[in-house]
Amino acid sequence: MLRLRQNLVPYGFLLPYLLIFLLFWAYPLVQSLIDSFDDSRILGFAFSTTNWTRLFADPFFMTALKNTLIILAIQVPFMLALAISLAIAMNSQMLKAKGFYRFAFFAPLVVGTTAYSAIFRLIFNTQYGAVNHGLNALGLPSVDWLNQGTPALIVIMLAITWRWTGYNAIILLAGLQSISKDVYEAAAIDGASKWTTFWRITLPLMRPSILFCMVLSVFGTLQLFTESALITAGGPGNATMTLGTYLYQQGFRSFNFGYASSIAYAVAILGAFVSWIQLRLLGRDNT
Amino acid sequence: MTTPTQTHTQAKENQNHKAAESVQSLLLHVFMTIGALLFLAPLYLMLVYATHPDNGIYSGALWFGSEAVNNFKNLQADTNFLRAMGNSIIIAVLYTVVSLMLTSMAGFAFTKYEFWGKNFWFGVILATLAIPVFVTIIPQYILMARNFHLTNTYWAVILPTLANTVGIFYMRQAFLIVHTDLLNAARIDGASEWRVFWQIALPVVRPALAALAILLFLSSWNDYLWPLLVLNNKDAYTIPVALGTLVGLTRVSWGGIMMGTALSTVPFLILFVIAQRQIIAGVAGGSVKG
Repeated sequence: MLRLRQNLVPYGFLLPYLLIFLLFWAYPLVQSLIDSFDDSRILGFAFSTTNWTRLFADPFFMTALKNTLIILAIQVPFMLALAISLAIAMNSQMLKAKGFYRFAFFAPLVVGTTAYSAIFRLIFNTQYGAVNHGLNALGLPSVDWLNQGTPALIVIMLAITWRWTGYNAIILLAGLQSISKDVYEAAAIDGASKWTTFWRITLPLMRPSILFCMVLSVFGTLQLFTESALITAGGPGNATMTLGTYLYQQGFRSFNFGYASSIAYAVAILGAFVSWIQLRLLGRDNT
Repeated sequence: MTTPTQTHTQAKENQNHKAAESVQSLLLHVFMTIGALLFLAPLYLMLVYATHPDNGIYSGALWFGSEAVNNFKNLQADTNFLRAMGNSIIIAVLYTVVSLMLTSMAGFAFTKYEFWGKNFWFGVILATLAIPVFVTIIPQYILMARNFHLTNTYWAVILPTLANTVGIFYMRQAFLIVHTDLLNAARIDGASEWRVFWQIALPVVRPALAALAILLFLSSWNDYLWPLLVLNNKDAYTIPVALGTLVGLTRVSWGGIMMGTALSTVPFLILFVIAQRQIIAGVAGGSVKG
């Protein structure tokens, strides 16, 4: 009897979370997979692969996919390079007034997506935005930021970079600080230059935290929604429509749950695939 | 013994080295300052614009104006902002408290007990880290709107987000440092398992709880997509949803919107200044690999 009671104790601690988890996570996960194979023209469940075949022939899905991948390929490496530089600078003993820099670079991480989307939409406004005011003051012409495809994509990428660089820099800084000082002392004794030390010691030892940031950023970008919805409303045309905004449109504007579910699973498959590539490239010791 | 010329060249080398270092240091500070000002600019402009009428914003105001009160009145008239703020506060507090309870209890179970299916459950929960929210959001919505009829309630916003994996992972890391001897000592004194958790283990991990609490509160406060789906009545809106409706309109009062963004952001900027250590520890702690 005592033995049984002891075995039940940990389940007592786990149960409340487990119930929520099963109801609001495990069940929906399975349900949306079923939905993605449901023929919505027939009442009740009818197995069909139309939702999946439709994906590949849908020009809107392809545009959303293309936009998401462009942002992924440009913004994530750019932001990570910035975050790595920032983490190294913040870790430098040369840097004075660390408190000021910490506030400046890390403050965006408390700002919500709706809030900064509003700010970026305003400061990149063509007629009266601060950015064009600034360009004009420098004698440069205004850019029609939000009404042209490429500039609109750039604004979205800048916004995400502004919001998330500090967050990544904190994770990288923690990784950097966990590197033992002995390694650097040994390198100094061997006469390694700063440059060599950076490429041969700092960067390889930061690899786990860089990988963590990369995977996190990839998942974040694949789920891009608020910025695209509020800064550019997916426009102009569909130039900044992301997988997230297209899923929202299909699922919650057209109430096409089956098709939206297959978009959702496409995002998940894509995320798993990209992470797998990253792990293959960076996860193993290839020095 | 060194000859005078030798000491001379050494001193010169030293000087060169120092000069190179101070140039490096200067460059570092110049780049960091430019970067810092660029990063602060959007926040600064938000505060400035919150105090101007629209025509002031359009003509490129760079210093504070005197329309803060009017902007607030417009914002309140457009969105019932105070109501949205109340909703946001209640939801974020409830979510934080309940989520801390659930994740710390589960984290405790995973670190301090052996039980059947332990690795299985931990593996399954961990796997959720790699699943995008999009995958679960549609059935979650149907569950909330059609099965439970909870649309426009606080629980509609809170319940699904309680399945929070990062929190479990985080609390598991935190409980690893609590010595089992300490817990056993309390058990020998006759404390129940619940008391061991509540009165012995939990106080030890208080710093981790504080850091996680800040992160949970922020994520709830700033959440947009899910509340947008389950709240469709103006009186139930949270701040992000209320602001989102304004930003989406074609004719908008930017002064009002900037006042709203400032009011939803400034408390956290102040909190950031006060609790930098916890916030940074929280963000970094979420990344600890175990």
